[in-house]
Amino acid sequence: MATNGLNQNGQQTGTEAVKRGLAQMLKGGVIMDVVTPEHAKIAEDAGACAVMALERVPADIRATGGVARMSDPDMIDGIMKAVSIPVMAKARIGHFVEAQILQAMGVDYIDESEVLTPADEEHHINKHKFTVPFVCGCRNLGEALRRIAEGAAMIRTKGEAGTGDVVEAVRHARAVNGEIRRIGAMDEDELFTYAKNIQAPYALVKETAELGRLPVVNFAAGGVATPADAALMMQLGVDGVFVGSGIFKSGDPAKRAKAIVEAVTHYDNPDILVKVSRNLGEAMVGINVSGMPEGDKIAGRGW
Amino acid sequence: MKIGVLALQGAFLEHEKVLRSLGVTAVEVRLPEHLHDLDGLIIPGGESTTIGKLAVDYGLLEPLRQFATAYPTWGTCAGLIFLAKDIGIDRQPVLGLMDIHVNRNAFGRQVDSFEVDLAVPALGDVPFPALFIRAPVITAVEPGVTVLSRLADGRIVAAQQGHLLATAFHPELTGDPRFHRYFLKMIEKVENLRTSD
Repeated sequence: MATNGLNQNGQQTGTEAVKRGLAQMLKGGVIMDVVTPEHAKIAEDAGACAVMALERVPADIRATGGVARMSDPDMIDGIMKAVSIPVMAKARIGHFVEAQILQAMGVDYIDESEVLTPADEEHHINKHKFTVPFVCGCRNLGEALRRIAEGAAMIRTKGEAGTGDVVEAVRHARAVNGEIRRIGAMDEDELFTYAKNIQAPYALVKETAELGRLPVVNFAAGGVATPADAALMMQLGVDGVFVGSGIFKSGDPAKRAKAIVEAVTHYDNPDILVKVSRNLGEAMVGINVSGMPEGDKIAGRGW
Repeated sequence: MKIGVLALQGAFLEHEKVLRSLGVTAVEVRLPEHLHDLDGLIIPGGESTTIGKLAVDYGLLEPLRQFATAYPTWGTCAGLIFLAKDIGIDRQPVLGLMDIHVNRNAFGRQVDSFEVDLAVPALGDVPFPALFIRAPVITAVEPGVTVLSRLADGRIVAAQQGHLLATAFHPELTGDPRFHRYFLKMIEKVENLRTSD
C-alpha cells in the first residue's frame, strides 16, 4: 500500500498540499457520475473536469434499494482506462478497507459517500492515513470541519442525491456559507463557544473565520439537474459542481453534460445561460424532496 | 499593470490572489473581448481537456494565439500543455506556440503527485517550493528555448522562450511569489522594448 512520505526521488507524496491541490485544479468544473467507460467518454468529451465511477447512479440506488457498496474494481479500471481526466470512486462511510482497495487501484480521489450504505455509524475513515485524497459530504459548517479534521482534502455539500431537486443542495450551501459569514464577525471568546456548539475543532473554526471560506475546496452536490441549477450553486459561492443522476438519467446526456459545463464556467453571464439552457430535451424526472419521507433521505447519513 | 488570467476552469483565483498581492490588476478572461488592454496573460492549472474544449467553443483559441504571439504569456501545468507545440498522441486543442515537447500526466496518477524543493537558478540560490499535481513534463526543447529548472533526475519542469514562460508545477499554490515576480519582470522588459522602438 502506498504511504505518505518520501518517494525514491526524495519527493514528498500524499502531503496536505498535494491532496488539496488536486481539488484546486478541479475548481470551476463539473464532476460527473458515470457507470460505464462509454459514459466516461461522453463526460470527458463534454468537458467534465473529473468523473465519479460507480455501479449505479444515486437515482437507481434509490429505486433498487438494498445495500449500496464500493463498485467492482474491474468496472472502475475500465473507466480509468477510458479517460485521461481524474477518476474518483466512492467508498462507504467508515469502510477503510474499501478505501485501501481504491487507493491500491490508483483512483485519483475517494468519495467517502453517504450515497452508499454506511459501514460504521460512529466513525468516519481516518483519511490522514492515506496517500490518496478524500472528498466528503456535509450539510453545515460543523460537519464540514469535522471531515476536514479527519483528513478530507475536499468537501461537497450533500444536497439530496438522486432526486433532481436542487432544494437541499441550496439549503446546505447556504448553511455552510452563512455560518462562515457569521463567524467572520465573531471575536475569539465567541469563536471558542461556537466551535464547541458545532462540535468542530477550534483551530479549524478560527482558520475558516480568518480565510472567510473553508480551508479546502467546496463543491455542491445532490440534486443538480439543469444548467441553471449549476449556475445557481456557483452564484451561491461553491467552487464547482457534482452532477450525479442529472446527466445520464436525462433525455440527451451528451448535450446536457456540455451545457452544464458551460453554465459553470459562465455562471454569472445570463446571456450565455439562456443559450446553453435551450433545447436540452427531457430533464431527469426527479423526486420532490418536500414530499419525501424522512427515512428515504440519505443526507442524514454521516454525522 | 493589468494581467489576464484565463478563467475557463481550474486554479485561476489563486493566480489572481498572488497578482493582487504584488499590486497588479488581475482580470478574468472567459471570452475574446476580455483580452483587450492586457499586458500579459496567465493560463492556469486545471483540466487541460476541459480548458481546451471551452476555449474552442467560445471562440477563444485564435484570439489567445494572437495575444500570446505578441504579449508575455505564462502557462502553469495545464497551461504549459496549452502553450506547447507537441503534446504527443493526445488530440486536444492547444495554442502550439512554444517549441517544447510535452508528456501529459508524466508522473502517473494522483497518488504519485508530490512536492519537492526545486533548484531554479534564475530565481536565486534558495530552492523553490514546487507542487506537482498529476503534472506534465517537458521531454525535449527545441533551439531558442531556455531550460529554467530540472528535477534531480534531469527531467525539464520549467522553461522560457522569449516572452513565453512554462512551469509544470504550481507557484500559485505554495505562497512563494518569486515566479510571479519573474513574470512581471518579463512583462516590463517587453514593454520597455516597445516604448524604445
